[in-house]
Amino acid sequence: MTRSFQRSVPWIGIAVLGAAAIGGIALHRGESVSAIWFITAAICVYVLAYRFYAAWIATRVLVIDPSRATPAERFDNGRDFVPTNRWIVFGHHFAAIAGPGPLIGPTLAAQFGYLPGTLWILIGAVLGGCVQDMVTLFFSTRRDGRSLGQMARDELGPLGGAAALIGTITIMIILIAVLGLVVVNAMKHSPWATSTVTATIPIAILVGFYMRNLRPGRVLEGTILGVVLLLAAVIGGGWIDHNETLRVFFDQPGLPLAWAVIAYGFTAAILPVWLLLAPRDYLSTFIKLGTVILLAIAIVILDPEVKMPALTRFIDGSGPIFGGRVFPFVFITVACGAISGFHSLIASGTTPKLLTNERDIPMIGYGGMLLESFVAIMAMVAATVLDPGVYFAINSPAGVVGKEAADAVAMISSWGFPVTVEQMQTLSREMGEATLFARTGGAPSLAVGMASIFGSAFGQGLLALWYHFAIMFEAIFILTTLDAGTRVGRFMLQDFMGNFVPRLGETSWYPSVVLASALVVGAWGYFLYIGVIDPNGGVNLLWPLFGIANQMLAAIALSVATGILIKSGKLKFAWVTGLPLAWLAVVTSTAAWEKIFSPDIRIGFFAAASDLAEKLAAGVLPPERAGVAPQLIFNQQLDGWLTLFFIIVLWTVILDMLRVSWRHLNGLPVPPVSETHHESSLLIGDGGKAVPGATAEDWVRD
Amino acid sequence: MIRWRRSLCVFWAAIRRLSGDDAWDRYIAHHAVKHPGEKPLTRKEFFRQEQECKWGGVRRCC
Repeated sequence: MTRSFQRSVPWIGIAVLGAAAIGGIALHRGESVSAIWFITAAICVYVLAYRFYAAWIATRVLVIDPSRATPAERFDNGRDFVPTNRWIVFGHHFAAIAGPGPLIGPTLAAQFGYLPGTLWILIGAVLGGCVQDMVTLFFSTRRDGRSLGQMARDELGPLGGAAALIGTITIMIILIAVLGLVVVNAMKHSPWATSTVTATIPIAILVGFYMRNLRPGRVLEGTILGVVLLLAAVIGGGWIDHNETLRVFFDQPGLPLAWAVIAYGFTAAILPVWLLLAPRDYLSTFIKLGTVILLAIAIVILDPEVKMPALTRFIDGSGPIFGGRVFPFVFITVACGAISGFHSLIASGTTPKLLTNERDIPMIGYGGMLLESFVAIMAMVAATVLDPGVYFAINSPAGVVGKEAADAVAMISSWGFPVTVEQMQTLSREMGEATLFARTGGAPSLAVGMASIFGSAFGQGLLALWYHFAIMFEAIFILTTLDAGTRVGRFMLQDFMGNFVPRLGETSWYPSVVLASALVVGAWGYFLYIGVIDPNGGVNLLWPLFGIANQMLAAIALSVATGILIKSGKLKFAWVTGLPLAWLAVVTSTAAWEKIFSPDIRIGFFAAASDLAEKLAAGVLPPERAGVAPQLIFNQQLDGWLTLFFIIVLWTVILDMLRVSWRHLNGLPVPPVSETHHESSLLIGDGGKAVPGATAEDWVRD
Repeated sequence: MIRWRRSLCVFWAAIRRLSGDDAWDRYIAHHAVKHPGEKPLTRKEFFRQEQECKWGGVRRCC
């Protein structure tokens, strides 16, 4: 008893500290609260969840078997199937799952105050997102590294498989559109940002040539060259910004920038990968990991004060950044930092092919998502260290607070978040921007937050450089997602079209490449175009749609996992994935219901469409708005139907899973569990990585 | 001193591994064990094939 008590003392200490930190940030009602409490609360929660919950799931629910050979060992081909050191796999997995999502979501959700977003990031991750990533990784590893779509087809049937495929392709389209919109909003009338982001394209091409022709395969040399050039491009952008003749060329409104992004997406999808996509991916991975580490260090050194209140008045649904009450919209908005369906595409297919031993699964699946959640906490800190007035001035669209600076400032101050025109002017001068009013999308406010944190930690004089570094950092991996997503969408579409016209299924037949790329780019380009012409900024339309789509994909992954658990005779553990699934079903369905049926024009798509149609008919719209009104009306209706479609797909998969489970429990025939048979690992004891004859419990202790 | 050098080597190897810089070296090592006698791809040929298949699927998230 005494020994086990001694062993549990540190854990009790962590639990008490974590509880104190969470209690502190939850109950605090003063001027400001130190960011270190957020970091402490997050780390304590993660450590406890990893040590106890992840370990319990691994040993009791999944029954991880270290003596079993993984696909990487069985199919080792020296290329994509390679048994790899677990820290390396962790690095690959984290680099693949972490994108702009966990940075943008918390920034937008900060309009409710810091508390709802922070709690959902912590609770959603440890009980939902991490579990989803880990069980998907496990089930895919036990099935030769098959993809989520294949697992859905094998375990549930053709309906589940089709839903997963459609879910993947639609989420990709919406994601690319909203990310494109974020980049456009960050570059709008900013010669510095536009020229820096433009420069990343020739830099990527140069690196591509270097790695293919000059020094084939020397990835590190090429990447270092590229990173140096990118930093030079940030500095060079400042020079262009001060050059009267050049700055005019890069000073563009939203629409030309949107067309440029669309043209870029199309070009990138039909060009060979080595020229643009591959080098850009290397660069963005390096910049991403570097900046995340730098941000963590800066927050710890500097310990900034969080100035946003715990809860704002906007939990009632009247928020300027996006409409809707805190329930269910905070759960849709903070998509990727808490739970993200997209991760299940990486956790199945890509990562299992590298796994040396099943015992690495908790660290990579559960631990990788914990780190992603931590990135989301840092984004929340970066958004909430800003003065709330400044935060709302940057993020509120002109359609809500007014076009003129004086109107916007008066409106935001009247909400109880004082801000002045002079304050905003000083800030935009410091950041090297013409204006920071109505820069929606989350990227500029995150960049201001990051610049002030970096500035205070590493030198105040370089604020404008830090700001544009942060913009470049976000833009480069948004554009990587855009390239890669368009290309994947193109492959899926070509595969699909090949069912009807076999020639169109050939991924290297040029007419088919151009046709499929044009269709994919046209689909996301449409949403991007509408987002840009929308006077309310477009992000408030597209981000909830993306959130719903992403949670829908998560629900599909959790349904597949729950179905497999029940079919493998683990009904009593089915709640591990069933509970987050039920919560997602409730949240996503409620949000979709409100987006479809709400009479509030800031929430309901159809309500907004009919309101605009009435105003158009009555002739009360100003001429510049009347011109685009028919397109906006059509788009609102389209978004409404799309939401309905998502929710139908979601419930189709859930009901299909319940049908299969019910049949299994009643002894009726169901698709068999598609797990591959046990093959003993020969790697055990190799290179000190594993202990001979290790048992299922061993990994818990290391 | 030697300890320093060793941990530096481990760190460098990890960076090369993470970035894919050592992909060809690993391929050659694998080839020598599994397919002795056959002629392996050159670095250039290998890297071209590698890039084509590596970016064919979903590799990046939101």
